[in-house]
Amino acid sequence: MRVKNVLATRWGIIAVGAIIGILAPVLQKMGNPGNMGICVACFERDIAGAIGIHRAAVVQYMRPEIIGFVLGALAAALIFREYRPRAGSAPIVRFILGVFAMIGALVFLGCPWRALLRLAGGDLNAILGLAGLAFGIWIGTLFLKGGYNLGRAEPTYTSVGLLMPLVMLGFLALALIYPQVPGEPASGVLFYSVKGPGAMHASLIVSLIVGLAIGILAQQSRFCTMGAFRDLILFGQTHLFGGIVALLIVAAVTNLILGQFNAGFAGQPVAHTLHVWNFAGMALAGLAFALAGGCPGRQLFLAGEGDGDAAVFVIGMIVGAGFAHNFGLASSPNGLGPHGIAALVVGFIACLFIGFTMRKKAA
Amino acid sequence: MAETVDARGLSCPQPVILTMNRIKALGKGSIEVFVDTDTSKENVSRAATSKGWEVKNIEPDGTGYKVTIEKA
Repeated sequence: MRVKNVLATRWGIIAVGAIIGILAPVLQKMGNPGNMGICVACFERDIAGAIGIHRAAVVQYMRPEIIGFVLGALAAALIFREYRPRAGSAPIVRFILGVFAMIGALVFLGCPWRALLRLAGGDLNAILGLAGLAFGIWIGTLFLKGGYNLGRAEPTYTSVGLLMPLVMLGFLALALIYPQVPGEPASGVLFYSVKGPGAMHASLIVSLIVGLAIGILAQQSRFCTMGAFRDLILFGQTHLFGGIVALLIVAAVTNLILGQFNAGFAGQPVAHTLHVWNFAGMALAGLAFALAGGCPGRQLFLAGEGDGDAAVFVIGMIVGAGFAHNFGLASSPNGLGPHGIAALVVGFIACLFIGFTMRKKAA
Repeated sequence: MAETVDARGLSCPQPVILTMNRIKALGKGSIEVFVDTDTSKENVSRAATSKGWEVKNIEPDGTGYKVTIEKA
């Protein structure tokens, strides 16, 4: 047996949160959008745009950070012999949860990582988002206490767990074969944003290296923003919570040093000030994450270490981004999309249906 | 025969919930918890320790681990 996994200790996860808290604002400094050094939901949405699942012109870019997260997690899992190909725990449910997690996140405009980074950049609207996230996760814990359970995954072929990393390698290959042409909205099969958040990015190599590094660290530390709240609410455990507190504090300090801190509600980058809907959007996302067992980042790391069900959740999120933009569900700095509220209602109904009806006891 | 919890294949936080439920039901004694990932192994160990149980042994079992926890 190998030496103790240092990153999975209390100080280990705090260190990983702190490292992400440094790297994300630095990525922003190097070109990523405002208070969006890293946003798993936004970046998966940008990937959906890059491959044309939606055609929102301002959010199309093959984000190398996401590719790096999955491949870094795979590398860490292989190096430390934690690669476990597994699948078969209610994949269709995980897909649907991924879809509505993305829809909720895009009403708020960010995943939990970005909610923390927005707050760390002084965007006080994120407080409503984080409160909503905690509320959604709290509902999830009630289901968990009531026996909610999606059933067991089974060990499977090694190659099953490699499919998601291979998809990501394919995405990377496309980005290299069809690189961005300045001023052009497309390159080969890929779409690129000429303006808007999708046009703002650090260089491919920097984004990829940071993604790989975070993938390795997060796989080993089990960093999870949803789990941080869930374990605190459900078990009174502060282990994972230490990681997100470290991320928040260190990112705020890094932003101050880099001159990226600007406190207030109005005029924040890629954000709106509709408090009720910031809360409700993240509440839906939080509930979906809790029912699926991980935040969007964690799902990527799980997909990298062989979890085929987490991979299905990721694909659900990417498809959900398609729905969010094609149907006018996603918010923008101007406010809600025309059907954003309806989507939240449908999303809550879907998640409650899943929570109430899936109580199969583990045999 | 030792008490067992089979948490293999279950995603977070089910392994911890099952272990906590058994800990609550027994109060003391010995439980063998079967898990399939390193994350679950760590989570179960951490949860047991937080309830005053001792992690006596962790050994490979199939593709996963058997975690033995005890409280006298």
